[in-house]
Amino acid sequence: MTQRPALLPLLTRLPPPPLARPALGLALTAFLRRIAQRNPSILSRLGPYAGARFLLDVRDGPFLLLMQPEARRLSAHSRRTPEPAHDAAIRGGLAAFLAMLHGAEDGDALFFSGELQIGGDTSAVLALRNALDDAELDLTEELAALSGQFGGWLRRGSALAARKSGLILSRQEVLP
Amino acid sequence: MDLTIGPIAFFWSAEQVRAFYQRLASTPVQRVVIGEWVCSKRLPFWQHEIPAAVEALQAAGKEVALSTLTLITLKRERRQTAGLFASDLPVEIADLGALQHLPEGAPFWVGPTVNVYNEGTLEWLAAKGARRICLPPELPLASVVQLARAGRQAGVAVEVWGHGRAPLAISGRCYHARLHDRAKDNCQFVCAEDPDGRLVETLEGQPFLTVNGVQTLSHAHMTAAPHAAALREAGISGLRLSPQQDNFDDIINIYAQILENGLPAPDALSDLRRILPGTVFAQGFLDAQPGATPCP
Amino acid sequence: MMELVCPAGTPAALRAAVDAGAHTVYCGFADETNARNFPGLNFSREEMAQGIAYAHARGAKVLIAINTFPRAGDQALWHRAVSDAAGLDADAVILADPGLIAHAAQTHPHLRLHLSVQAAAANPDAINFHARTFGIRRVVLPRVLSVEEITAINREIDIETEVFVFGGLCVMAEGRCSLSSYATGLSPNMNGVCSPASHVAYADTGGNHEARLGEFLIHRTPKGMPVPYPTLCKGCFTSPGDGSSQTGHIFEDPVSLDATRLIPALQKAGVTALKIEGRQRSRAYVAQVVRAFRAAVEAADQGAPMPEGLLARLTEGQAATTGAYAKTWR
Repeated sequence: MTQRPALLPLLTRLPPPPLARPALGLALTAFLRRIAQRNPSILSRLGPYAGARFLLDVRDGPFLLLMQPEARRLSAHSRRTPEPAHDAAIRGGLAAFLAMLHGAEDGDALFFSGELQIGGDTSAVLALRNALDDAELDLTEELAALSGQFGGWLRRGSALAARKSGLILSRQEVLP
Repeated sequence: MDLTIGPIAFFWSAEQVRAFYQRLASTPVQRVVIGEWVCSKRLPFWQHEIPAAVEALQAAGKEVALSTLTLITLKRERRQTAGLFASDLPVEIADLGALQHLPEGAPFWVGPTVNVYNEGTLEWLAAKGARRICLPPELPLASVVQLARAGRQAGVAVEVWGHGRAPLAISGRCYHARLHDRAKDNCQFVCAEDPDGRLVETLEGQPFLTVNGVQTLSHAHMTAAPHAAALREAGISGLRLSPQQDNFDDIINIYAQILENGLPAPDALSDLRRILPGTVFAQGFLDAQPGATPCP
Repeated sequence: MMELVCPAGTPAALRAAVDAGAHTVYCGFADETNARNFPGLNFSREEMAQGIAYAHARGAKVLIAINTFPRAGDQALWHRAVSDAAGLDADAVILADPGLIAHAAQTHPHLRLHLSVQAAAANPDAINFHARTFGIRRVVLPRVLSVEEITAINREIDIETEVFVFGGLCVMAEGRCSLSSYATGLSPNMNGVCSPASHVAYADTGGNHEARLGEFLIHRTPKGMPVPYPTLCKGCFTSPGDGSSQTGHIFEDPVSLDATRLIPALQKAGVTALKIEGRQRSRAYVAQVVRAFRAAVEAADQGAPMPEGLLARLTEGQAATTGAYAKTWR
């Protein structure tokens, strides 16, 4: 794995999101809907696992995310309350999540090396990983399409993070 | 339904082999498959016992076939396979490649390590001259029923795994040698120390598998006793019992009672548990469950 | 030049492989007919048509693996896969089941047939038998053979050989292993899965990470250490024995195959095609491995030394082995 700067100090320096959690949830859901609409093959690839609840625990992020692909719902949950009910969980650093999402690292390699840990229904996690890999997502592109204050915050955060951390925030076409 | 005795999976001494087949001649089984099934390096130690064993079994009215190896790779293994077809006994193929040596039109049998999963393959083998097929142990009852029907139509006797540690895998690597930190070419025949195979258990001490040289078997004794009635109804023509050191004559007698007197499954299982205390009996495969699922 | 045969579990991976220099890509339909029937993986008919068009437009071939053993009473699903592959203009189908091969040879006499590694044709007799009986054009050799044995096989057969050079390593003869169904009820032969994720459970217990397959504990590692995926034959077990009790990887260490340095020897042995395992891996992985191996086969073609350490990053944390190709492995 390539060396990456410590992320936690960087992220804590980012300004907090400008919204209360319910409003944040709406913004996240809008974001997910947009991805689902632009990439219909994600849901068809998930097949029977489209209805699963995925807990995304970005360890250096400010809150837990719960993703329900079929319902096209993405919600934020405080780390101070008990975890929301879920069928499968992926936990790890932001860098590992982004690397998997953008096809810069092999999901298997990230799991084998322990950078991402999985819990619950392993099949659902595999289906999600494979569906995302095929979709060739580009987070920066998806974010660029967002508007409103949340989108602005994420875009600023993303640009700052990419500049300071070397995180992979765009789709990787060709690797060295 | 009747009983077939499969080839000996383990490395037994010539004396043990001789005594085993002498006793077998007086048991109520219809046929016996004899030959080295697992490792060609073992064969020189006991192959001189084969002619007398065949003679004794035939004199007792048993049908006898010769088994090929499960995995044929070396030149001498190929020559030995070709040699089997030169005898006047039927050959039971344990590796599909053995058919390259089949004389045109000669009848043959098919063992449980050949992949017969569907009617298409069964019919194709029948057209080649297969007369008996023992199905792979991992098949569920639904497939067994279909294949029994296809066998009846094609004039092939279909047999299923009846009792014993089931063959689960074959490898180029010898796990017995590896357990003794030796290479296969310098194994010094350590598998002879374990005449019923060597236990492999999980880190929690749960018995799991059995290592037998290049072969991996189940730890559990896979038994078709609970399904005997369903198998008979499906038109299965035989149960295969796999030789073991421990109480094999009694095992044969229990299965003979199931077939002849309709010994009910619960009684058969409790009889098996009585003569083989501490043994795990399983038959998940037929139930389309994990194969290791213990019998109730 | 030796032909490079590369895996694709998704359309994106197929494009990545072709763009990275694959001569040939192999893939399967999204059902039980192929031996990588994993969640979220493989191709619909429409995706396969698009993938084949993409590859053909760039001079690459596409092979469709239909290499599980058809279920009794349900053969139509497999027969349909063969006829669809022929209709979609696939360059060959990779088959394992004799009944299915007989069906394909009879109903699609012009369809090129490859013998899958799942057919476990491990000697010249088995290979010649399949060639003579069904008109098989290429055999994928089982990973139980040494380079010397491969050389000897090529002297005795008339059809092409393809061998695995990189990726996951089966220690058992492929297509002849029921270990997975013994523990989970699902097997490569019947269901196209080995040690399936649906039967995997990870748990934290008293300072350890544990990985279970069905009811069997396959790995236990101290907290903080990564716990490997519980592939049955790469698990950690104990074999009790007087004076020879062993605890560890009884069957195989959690290694993956890397035969890069054997490519010149395999070329000399008469091998036509080199195969990379990993239809379950990401497009990123596929692109990296394909690029590295394309450079290696080009080097071999020119008699140049093999580029070293190309894939160190991909095997990091996992030891690599040349497997059975070196005789000492046994």
